Amino acid sequence: VCTSRFWFNYRHVANTLSVYRSVKRLGIPDSHIVLMLADDMACNPRNPKPATVFSHKNMELNVYGDDVEVDYRSYEVTVENFLRVLTGRIPPSTPRSKRLLSDDRSNILIYMTGHGGNGFLKFQDSEEITNVELADAFEQMWQKRRYNELLFIIDTCQGASMYERFYSPNIMALASSQVGEDSLSHQPDLAIGVHLMDRYTFYVLEFLEEIHPASQTNMNDLFQVCPKSLCVSTPGHRTDLFRRDPEKVLITDFFGSVRKVEITTETLSLERDVAAFESKFPEEELATEPLKYAEQLPVAQIIHQKPKQKDWHPPGGFILGLWALIIMVFFKTYGIKHMKHVF
Amino acid sequence: AAPVQVQLVVPMTVVFGPGSVPGDLPRPLPFRDVQEMEISVNLRTSVTSRYEMRYRSTTGQEEAALAAATAREADAALHPLQDATLGSLTIYVVPETSSLLPQGIHVYVGKHRSALVRAGGSLAALRARLREVTQVMSFTASSIAAALSHRVPDGQLGPDARRDLKSSLGYEITFSLLNPDPKSHTVDWDIEGAVNRYVKPVLDKLSLVANFSVDSQILYYAMLGVTPRYDKESSSFLLSAHSLPHVINPVEARLGSSAASLYPVLNFLLYVPERSHSPLYIQDKDGAPVRTNAFHSPRWGGIMVYNVEAPASPQASLPLHVDVDMARVMEVFLAQLRLLFGLSREEVPAEFLLEGPGNEGLADWELDHLLWAHTVENIATVSTTLTSLAQLLDKIGNIVIKDDVASEVYRAVASVQSAVTKLSLGHLHAAFQASKEAVTSSERAFFDPSLLHLLYFPDDQKFAIYIPLFLPMAVPILLSLAKIVRETRLRKKEPTKMD
Repeated sequence: VCTSRFWFNYRHVANTLSVYRSVKRLGIPDSHIVLMLADDMACNPRNPKPATVFSHKNMELNVYGDDVEVDYRSYEVTVENFLRVLTGRIPPSTPRSKRLLSDDRSNILIYMTGHGGNGFLKFQDSEEITNVELADAFEQMWQKRRYNELLFIIDTCQGASMYERFYSPNIMALASSQVGEDSLSHQPDLAIGVHLMDRYTFYVLEFLEEIHPASQTNMNDLFQVCPKSLCVSTPGHRTDLFRRDPEKVLITDFFGSVRKVEITTETLSLERDVAAFESKFPEEELATEPLKYAEQLPVAQIIHQKPKQKDWHPPGGFILGLWALIIMVFFKTYGIKHMKHVF
Repeated sequence: AAPVQVQLVVPMTVVFGPGSVPGDLPRPLPFRDVQEMEISVNLRTSVTSRYEMRYRSTTGQEEAALAAATAREADAALHPLQDATLGSLTIYVVPETSSLLPQGIHVYVGKHRSALVRAGGSLAALRARLREVTQVMSFTASSIAAALSHRVPDGQLGPDARRDLKSSLGYEITFSLLNPDPKSHTVDWDIEGAVNRYVKPVLDKLSLVANFSVDSQILYYAMLGVTPRYDKESSSFLLSAHSLPHVINPVEARLGSSAASLYPVLNFLLYVPERSHSPLYIQDKDGAPVRTNAFHSPRWGGIMVYNVEAPASPQASLPLHVDVDMARVMEVFLAQLRLLFGLSREEVPAEFLLEGPGNEGLADWELDHLLWAHTVENIATVSTTLTSLAQLLDKIGNIVIKDDVASEVYRAVASVQSAVTKLSLGHLHAAFQASKEAVTSSERAFFDPSLLHLLYFPDDQKFAIYIPLFLPMAVPILLSLAKIVRETRLRKKEPTKMD
């Protein structure tokens, strides 16, 4: 999730897209990724290299690419939509790609970046999500067993405050900075004119470059990424809610997707050359009259309808009169001589 | 989690054939007996199983049926004479020396809801055998615990738990043919015919459990993500067992499984290897090639590799035409479907002979097995959902509950109570339908979009917002109140002064 918009927050979009690319490279398909971006970078009129988003000064890798699948873009990235995706309380008309269809065996990785403060994260410069709301959303997910284990990574200023309030089991959290510290950006690029990436995400990505789908690196190595000397802020993590020992948790448990597979050793013996099957439960045919095209909309009825009775509203002058009464009472209490100036 | 106490009642009829009645019966036939067993999952969840057994001797027609030559014929003849409601069992006891069952076999389990058991001499031995039969044909403690897996404390579950597909109202099955090398192979598969002939009977039988929809597709140039190794000894290509988990993900992106439905999707893939990688065999952990050349992933689906015979003459023109033997393919896919649903996993004792289900895909008692597990799972899910909904509404007092959400909650409670009652009466089918309704209503109530609570206001924010608004307004009010109090005090003092 990238929670910022506007050109000068280029680095947040680059952060999110780079993590998205790494996760895809390690095997997670688009159908299992919900990407929320303001998506106003690539085609921004201020972008000197249109249709691209770069995360490194050397401009080798265009993280925007050809196959980015953004599920929530622009003004759809709101706190409400984010919480709806997490808790599953989505209107029935939402397409499958915008839903989180996880169950009790799913490991979920949540990566958020943007501007934050002590206990809140700013969404699109107009609203905030607090750490209590986030913790409650995770608890709702746990109640319905919508996750097996959850890894929460946040790269914002004072990021550690966002995971302070979690209380549901099986959550591990990483943040780029402690309360009271700012997360800093990595490198400005003079050609594009903005900072391209944040430090914490940059070093996390360098770490992820060495991971391949079969690697055995564990979470303790991820905690060591970006020490204070490189990052200036102190990254933090929280593992007390997690049931397993972090040393035994593989990076690919969250960033990649390695499925449990079993060899099929049995077959069903079928009689061949069987005739076509007649179902025991034949579908009922509802007898319907054939519909004519012109009868779809009852036009005659609509044209000859009487205008709908509107609800009664008090006349508009009522409000004005009420205020006039209040002002008169006010003047009467405090002195009539002021009233003479009005009339 | 909310306390759940469910009683599962299995009506059983034990019919004694001539010459098989044990000598130490407590009462003359016919009589009834009850055996109860408690399966406790955690502190607040307990499931009691209650087998209501009715012992009687055979009728004339049943005796005639038992005089058949083989157990299968006897079972077929006995089937119309049984009362085969869902969830019930009928056990026919034949004499110890009967030749109906093969040598060394004590129990024959038919493909409906009956079994033939050799008498064990004493009633106790017979009871022990009957218990084994119910473990196979009905439910076991571990299968119930697996259905309630989200309540079992972590660490007590075996690796088998959470493998079977979760209970759902419907499933979508997708058959995909992957042809990575269309230049060399033109593959024809009569999927529609195969679905009509082989898959529909199985799905029809499973239609009691859920709605199924089937679709199929052909994908060209879809490669496996793994390069197989060439093995000189067998001059074939081998896929080792530990590279199999990495095969699925690159393909999944192209499967389009994010189709319109929200039901869980089961993918069955048939992969025809490229000419340069033919023949391709899957190796198991010990290095031996797998006979079915297929593997499956729990809760996802299965993949089968279909090798094309090398053409007789090396100058055969490309592309080769391949007609897929759909029966062989469907044998594997349907077996995988059974494994995904958890139908064929029990450890069956050696003296048991299980009749294969044939083209129907699953025996009646296996269907019962599924219904027991799903009904218990549904009831547990509903009670957890409703409890957590109640806790949520308790915690956040100002959520508005719409009328339809309230009516869904009432309906869910009524349905789940009816399901528990029906289970304790032994009506499995009705209990299952009630539990399905309960799940639908409770999910609709819990996931209603209107229940989203936003705007958490911590106390210091409340101060910051309301004080600048109300403080200036309060100043003249407080001052005039002070003035009134001073004036009344002065008026009270005046009469005393005038005196």
